[in-house]
Amino acid sequence: MSRASYDGVVIAAPVTIPYVRYSTRDAHWFLGRALAALVKRAGVKKDQLDGLCVSSFTLFPDTAVGLTQHFGLSPRWLDHIPMGGASGVVALRRAARAVQAGDADIVACIAGDTNHVDSFRANLANFSRFARDAVYPFGAGGPNASFALLTSYYMRQYGIAREDFGKLCVAQRDNARAFPLALLRKTLTLDDYLNARPIADPLRLFDCVMPCAGAEGFLVMAEERARRLDLPFARILGTIERHNAFPDDPIQIRGGWALDRDDLYAQAGVGARDIGFAQLYDDYPVINVMQLEDLGFCEKGAAADFVRRNSFTVGGTLPLNTSGGQLSVGQAGAAGGYLGLTEAVRQLTGQTLGASVENARHGLVSGFGMINYDRGLCSGAAVLGRA
Amino acid sequence: MTPPLIKPKPRNPVRALRRPTLPPPARSRAALRLTAAAAEGRFELQHCCDCGTVQYPPRSACVTCLSTHLEWRETDGVGELIADTVLHHSNELYYRERVPLRLGMVRLAAGPSLLAHVHGDCGSAPTPVRLRAHLDKSGQAVLMALPSQDTTNMADDPMLREMTSDPKFRKVLVTDGKSAVGQAIARAMIDAGAEIVWAGVAEPWKQAGGLDALAKLPQIEQVTLDVTDEKSVRDLAGVIGGKVDILINTAEFHRAHGVADRGTETAHAEMEMNYLGLLRLAQAFGPAMQARAAEGSVPATAWVNLLSIYALSALPSHGTFSASKAAAFALSQNLRAEMRHAGIRVVNVFPGPIDDEWNQLLPPPKLAPAALAGAIVKALREGVEDVYPGDVAQDIVRRFRESAKVLERELWDQ
Repeated sequence: MSRASYDGVVIAAPVTIPYVRYSTRDAHWFLGRALAALVKRAGVKKDQLDGLCVSSFTLFPDTAVGLTQHFGLSPRWLDHIPMGGASGVVALRRAARAVQAGDADIVACIAGDTNHVDSFRANLANFSRFARDAVYPFGAGGPNASFALLTSYYMRQYGIAREDFGKLCVAQRDNARAFPLALLRKTLTLDDYLNARPIADPLRLFDCVMPCAGAEGFLVMAEERARRLDLPFARILGTIERHNAFPDDPIQIRGGWALDRDDLYAQAGVGARDIGFAQLYDDYPVINVMQLEDLGFCEKGAAADFVRRNSFTVGGTLPLNTSGGQLSVGQAGAAGGYLGLTEAVRQLTGQTLGASVENARHGLVSGFGMINYDRGLCSGAAVLGRA
Repeated sequence: MTPPLIKPKPRNPVRALRRPTLPPPARSRAALRLTAAAAEGRFELQHCCDCGTVQYPPRSACVTCLSTHLEWRETDGVGELIADTVLHHSNELYYRERVPLRLGMVRLAAGPSLLAHVHGDCGSAPTPVRLRAHLDKSGQAVLMALPSQDTTNMADDPMLREMTSDPKFRKVLVTDGKSAVGQAIARAMIDAGAEIVWAGVAEPWKQAGGLDALAKLPQIEQVTLDVTDEKSVRDLAGVIGGKVDILINTAEFHRAHGVADRGTETAHAEMEMNYLGLLRLAQAFGPAMQARAAEGSVPATAWVNLLSIYALSALPSHGTFSASKAAAFALSQNLRAEMRHAGIRVVNVFPGPIDDEWNQLLPPPKLAPAALAGAIVKALREGVEDVYPGDVAQDIVRRFRESAKVLERELWDQ
């Protein structure tokens, strides 16, 4: 059975609460600001938000439920999505169906986290049962070691070089130089990338996202409501999500996208060649490369050649992470899963804060989340279209 | 190739002592079974009894068929290192002090992929390896990939040394150097490369067989120690307490005495030495050993208690002795819980009857002192914390785990 379209439902009002490396505030503060920004941006009353969807790692002991009382909301639809980097795409899918079904009129999707001086370490220790049992005791706090292992495997298996990863990181940094909210805006040269401080071989400093504090948000509503509110919006053409794909692969070489991309493009009615820009989830460049393959920009194992033949700045042949992505803007916890979506909506609605991709009709946004043990479990993607 | 361990230079007393830190100790209840097996030197993984899947990390249901009928079984560690990395950075204090650090992903022939420490002598991925589970400094199991063939100086790998207590270059106190067992252990420590072995001698004016010959060895230093005398214990700790790397408590009082035998003198003497003696030693020597648990390349590392297999279930013909060893066992569990904060390994040794005069009436097989000593060296080298040396101990611990109640009856008439 073919999947129902998202016709008549749109995404609008992208907001970003500026990132900071460390904050003394808590997650509630960042999420509250995101909510306030959405209300202001849409010109609605807070009570008109009858749907709420929240993602955050540092909200404990609260969940989305606690936030309703915290922020004085009485939504008739509520979701809490603990999927890290896949949260944005998944939130969009859930919210769009809720609006389509009439279960909510305006869904506020927010994601945000704080970053105290020692909170990153504390979160890692209790990230998941498998991480606590089988990763954290080895000193591999955080995803660095897991990504180092799969990066080295990928390089050996598919003959991709550090220079290729570096080309992506340098291009993203070029994009970030025009994006006022990026925390890392200093020029990055390929030499800087190649000779940076080693973190976990073959990863060096600029392969790794920088944890920070911040929040992102957007609204999902019916198209006619967006028009009435005079809100620029983007269309939701196709979406996918998948969890724990390919569990029998001894180490991760592909994500759920490889399983679902045909479904994604069939629902969207466009193919990879029609994509004007891609906001790929970029906690480490190997994941960008994996997605270029798994989302159909090139064959599996052909990413090295694809990277060498293309350019990824805003004016390039495939504009990639046009705000600089997490590698340059920073990773504000779960907001990292929203960063690509808010940027894509800005690009498609002429509201960019940085450089704009000329004439892009379609944008691809992907998400990837939750390194539970040895691999990222959640993958998602969405194709958005200009109205 | 791992460079051989070099004999450490004396510590500069002005320099700050490196304080012991620990790798993260938290585990789920399921994962503690990996620790339980590693504590005895076994590598066990979860096997599904219904479909045979071998799985890791530990789960509460089978990843293939969802059966909850899971069993921990000894598993072949043969596998392939499919990816490896060197960590140059860690958020954990313990690892910050130990980077660069090799980690890798090992695909076992049995099925699952496991994240593991990687021995320095393993080649780069892909390469065949052997996987073992070891207790780390926190006392919890971690996995370590070893080269598929033994290499020279293999035991000297820095990460492997974090998980083991090799006597090489270490200073060892054997609390009773008069007994045959104590002497065998002292010799075994010297053979294993110990730098100094202090042999404790109570009542030095009394002769003891073999002591003169032992004292002639250059590594032996005879010291006065009576564990039943608080002052004697404190005095010795005042002199050598800050140097002991491995303490092996062999002091033991043993008579064949039952409940119906009149009087409490024997029971009292057994408790004085076997239980309170351990407590005195722990109070006098424990703190200094813990303070030195991360010092240099050859830090203080282990505390060995000579218990008895009858600490698990009493042998009525040696009833009061069994009771004193049960008390000592309980105390040593507490000692382990306290010493874990510094990463000092507490090794409990549960021998069956030792071939000495106090077990004259017990039938063979009996454990020769040299065999017991060999088992202790092996445990220290392999980082094992519970040792059941000899056939009788092995037999009884198996029966104990099958049914403690059946064993209780079985021991009545021995």
